[in-house]
Amino acid sequence: MYLKQLTVFLENREGRLDNVTDVLAKNNINIVCLSLADTSEYGVIRMIVSDPEKAKAVLKEAGCLARLTDVLAISMEQKAGSLNRLTKIITEEGINIEYMYTLNSSREAGSMIIKCSDIDKGYEAVKKANLTLVDPETAYAM
Amino acid sequence: MIWNEARECMSRDEMANMQGARLRKLVSNVYHNVEFYRKKMQEMGLEPGDIKGIEDITKLPFTTKNDLRDNYPFGLLAVPQSQIVRVHASSGTTGKATVVSYTRRDIEAWQECVARDLVMCGVTKDDLIQVAYGYGLFTGGLGLHYGAENLGCMTVPMSTGNTKRLVTMMEDFGATAIACTPSYLLHIAEVIEEMGLRDKLKLKTAICGAEPWTEKMRLQIEEKLGINAHDIYGLSEVCGPGVACDCSFHKGLHIQEDHFFAEIVDKETLNPLGDGQVGELVFTTLTKEGMPLLRYRTKDLTSIDHSKCECGRTTPRISKFKGRSDDMLIIRGVNVFPSQVETALLEIEGVSPHYQMIVDRVNNLDTLEVQVEVDENVFSDEIREMENLTKKISAALQSALLIAVKVKLVEPRTLDRFEGKSKRVIDKRTFED
Ligand SMILES: [Zn+2]
Repeated sequence: MYLKQLTVFLENREGRLDNVTDVLAKNNINIVCLSLADTSEYGVIRMIVSDPEKAKAVLKEAGCLARLTDVLAISMEQKAGSLNRLTKIITEEGINIEYMYTLNSSREAGSMIIKCSDIDKGYEAVKKANLTLVDPETAYAM
Repeated sequence: MIWNEARECMSRDEMANMQGARLRKLVSNVYHNVEFYRKKMQEMGLEPGDIKGIEDITKLPFTTKNDLRDNYPFGLLAVPQSQIVRVHASSGTTGKATVVSYTRRDIEAWQECVARDLVMCGVTKDDLIQVAYGYGLFTGGLGLHYGAENLGCMTVPMSTGNTKRLVTMMEDFGATAIACTPSYLLHIAEVIEEMGLRDKLKLKTAICGAEPWTEKMRLQIEEKLGINAHDIYGLSEVCGPGVACDCSFHKGLHIQEDHFFAEIVDKETLNPLGDGQVGELVFTTLTKEGMPLLRYRTKDLTSIDHSKCECGRTTPRISKFKGRSDDMLIIRGVNVFPSQVETALLEIEGVSPHYQMIVDRVNNLDTLEVQVEVDENVFSDEIREMENLTKKISAALQSALLIAVKVKLVEPRTLDRFEGKSKRVIDKRTFED
């Protein structure tokens, strides 16, 4: 029910991101979506990929620091106020959103990746509000 | 000018006689009052009577920094603790500091040596001196302070920190001399330039020490500020600044050898070396009461010259340091050992002990960056967690090393490995001319 997000530590040095995408490409792993959080010294790259377990293993072999993190993927209507509705539901339950980014977006509908301070509570809140969760297998195959 | 001509210009024979008498007294004192030395001498089958003159010094056991640590804090005292009037400390190779205790006479001898050195630098009692070394456990501040007062200078205990205030007072007071680390003086010179005060100052002499510097840097300071700059040397184990200093001829640092007997030994075999040969500098504190040391190995590499100096002094001179025989670094005048970094990192849960220290000199101030490899135990997908980790590491390092540390997290296994182990230190500062 939860998505495995691939998180990779990157020093802010030339060619580091290139190295990661290179390893993934060579192993035939698709990057569905990606978000980069960075400081002046290093970055943390968060990705949804076609095969998270394999991705982690091949990156580790290539000397990268990678881990898997549980996140939620939620479907959203493509209309004003839908993101606001989502964040309201989550915060009303006393849960913090640590970060979020777009999983996919089209004219009709979109979906968001959310990392909550407490994923189980986040899951319950989303269910209670009748929001649709994106199934992990569906997300990996996007 | 020479502060103590009787001592500083003594003939070599007279000096040897005096040193011999002092050594006999010292050896008998430590044999009877310091268990550590008595045991060492007994193990070597040595009795105080075997030491007849200064030439017998090579029969005596060596003392190392580890011996000081093993006897922390007061195990090497040769007098009852009630006779100690001052304690100083410097960093040890591991968590424990190296502690040195002084009796009233030790403080007097120290300030005598510093006064001799100041006069050697051209300072007189009419000078107004700013002491801009740290005051505290570090010997720099108080050592120079007492010496300058002893000479009769108007002494201003600036300590370190507020450079603008220091420069303002330098102008307002009409300071003619300053004592600080050479790198700090270069920084001060820049502030003076920024404030446009160079032509309004009366500064003429700088007494710099506590860190290695080159002849080139000394000349640079002289030119930048239009002053005379001198090199003063000392180490807290032996007493502090004042053990040696260079005169206006700058042909090596004169050792105050009626108090501190210097030997140069081969760093491997520990056999005595002759004049001009580079080896480890070893000191015996001939007059110390509180914590006298026999043949203390400084780990500083240099050579010695016993010929008479053009300045008229007969005291031998050591050349500028050629490096160290251990891995100690001097950063902003503070002794830093890589092992201290390792110990501090190991105390933080989950942090890998793979690190690299990058020492540099930026705007004439030493900087220390410690790169730490991140591993799976501490890697988080949240930036905030990573930043907390960085803060935690820098706080731990700062409290262990007593200097500001910039921490940088790096990817695992990216630090240079040297024979399977990380190369621990990259020192980008240049001490060679
Ligand atoms: Zn001289």
